[in-house]
Amino acid sequence: MYEEISQNKRNSFILIIIFVAGIVFLGYLFGLVAGFGPGAMIFAFIISALMALAGYFNGDKIVLAVSRAQLAAREKYPQLYNIVEELTIASGLPMPKLYIVHDGDAPNAFATGRDPAHSSIAVTTALLNRLNRTELQGVLAHELSHVGDYDILFATLIGILVGMVAMFSDFFLRYTFWTGGGRRKNSSGGSGAGVLMVIALILAILAPLFALIIQLTVSRQREYLADANAALMTRYPEGLASALEKISRNPGVLEVSNRATQHLYIISPIKSIRDRKKSSLFSTHPPVAERIRRLRGMAGNMASGVKADGSLT
Amino acid sequence: MLWIPVVIIAVLLIWSVGAYNGLVRLRQRVKNAWSQIDVQLKRRYDLIPNLVETCKGYMKHEREVLENVTRARTQAIEVKGGAAEQAKAENFLTQTLRSLFAVAENYPQLKANENLLQLQEELTSTENRIAFARQYYNDQAMKLNTRTEVFPTNLISQSFGFKKVEFFEVEIPEERQPVKVSF
Repeated sequence: MYEEISQNKRNSFILIIIFVAGIVFLGYLFGLVAGFGPGAMIFAFIISALMALAGYFNGDKIVLAVSRAQLAAREKYPQLYNIVEELTIASGLPMPKLYIVHDGDAPNAFATGRDPAHSSIAVTTALLNRLNRTELQGVLAHELSHVGDYDILFATLIGILVGMVAMFSDFFLRYTFWTGGGRRKNSSGGSGAGVLMVIALILAILAPLFALIIQLTVSRQREYLADANAALMTRYPEGLASALEKISRNPGVLEVSNRATQHLYIISPIKSIRDRKKSSLFSTHPPVAERIRRLRGMAGNMASGVKADGSLT
Repeated sequence: MLWIPVVIIAVLLIWSVGAYNGLVRLRQRVKNAWSQIDVQLKRRYDLIPNLVETCKGYMKHEREVLENVTRARTQAIEVKGGAAEQAKAENFLTQTLRSLFAVAENYPQLKANENLLQLQEELTSTENRIAFARQYYNDQAMKLNTRTEVFPTNLISQSFGFKKVEFFEVEIPEERQPVKVSF
């Protein structure tokens, strides 16, 4: 547990460094191609540093706003508050802020924030309407596990930075495409500029792809771990297993999710049912059938492993 | 060569302070977990008069079911004994509540009562909170007990009088599945 936390913090730090360095390098290339010189690099550094800071301190707000999540009123959702409060007792974590995504077709949920004291959990209205109490408890325990081991910090940063990288390279591609690197006549290296432009183009295409692969490989392992922690928290793995079954059987597509936020959700919000069953390099989540199988396996172990006092042997 | 023993003593001291503080933190967490159980039990006592009041208007024939609940609540509040005694009284209260909700099934009007549905949700939640508070208490108690016995922290725990704490035992088998509560 403590290892997970420090690993997540370290990864988040490395991610920020790589992000800033990457953007500065892109700025450098951009400066060469467009003929702005080192000024573009300094500009890129300031912008990327500001974005990394914004991602750290306000990443949760950005993710929640992009997902059109609204703060849940306790009077309107007493059961949601009850279940999460129960789980904070079971886990010893502080109470997160609760949000609602108004989508009546796609049951799903995600957690975001930078640490347990600044965390938020969002659920869709379809999740509240279609799952029973123990299933909801399983899903919320899974999200609270992400909060507890600081997965939310890394996942939120990844989401923000993936979005940024995509935006940057998009801008970069369009600029060089429209102007054809028009100002290169003013720069000193006249003939080399064409080669640089090609390199820059390749980089602009590769950057978001790299970001995507990091996003994918990291989040898949974390899902299994959060499932296991949720089972330990509730001592009832069947709740989450049956919830996953229900959610994955639902064909509804979550409109508000996108490429930068999909890895945050408990089940991939944009994949079709058929795709959810198999795992490939490009799926952010492990196959649901495998997750359910592991949870049901735990249920068997727990029945024999729980002592009369409720503690695990 | 004087610095070698000085360094060794310094390292030992730093480790001892860390181990001691770790034990104190755990003991504090165990204490908090224990008081959390009390908080949740109190929450349940507070909900019951409201519940009885709501049911009274509808239940004409099963007065004794309601009286049982009230009596069990009073007994649980007034119990003066150890944790085992308390657990017994609480379990009895849980049983009377279950039979009350079973009887409520026979009254369609009562079952549809908005107030009762809310109370039922609150009671379910409270039962879960009690179960989770016990579970958290036991988890922390186990950590503390392990830490006080395992070498080398046991040297610290023995010199400063850290004692093993008792687990919260649950007698009734159904109580072992805390989240399966349904009335």
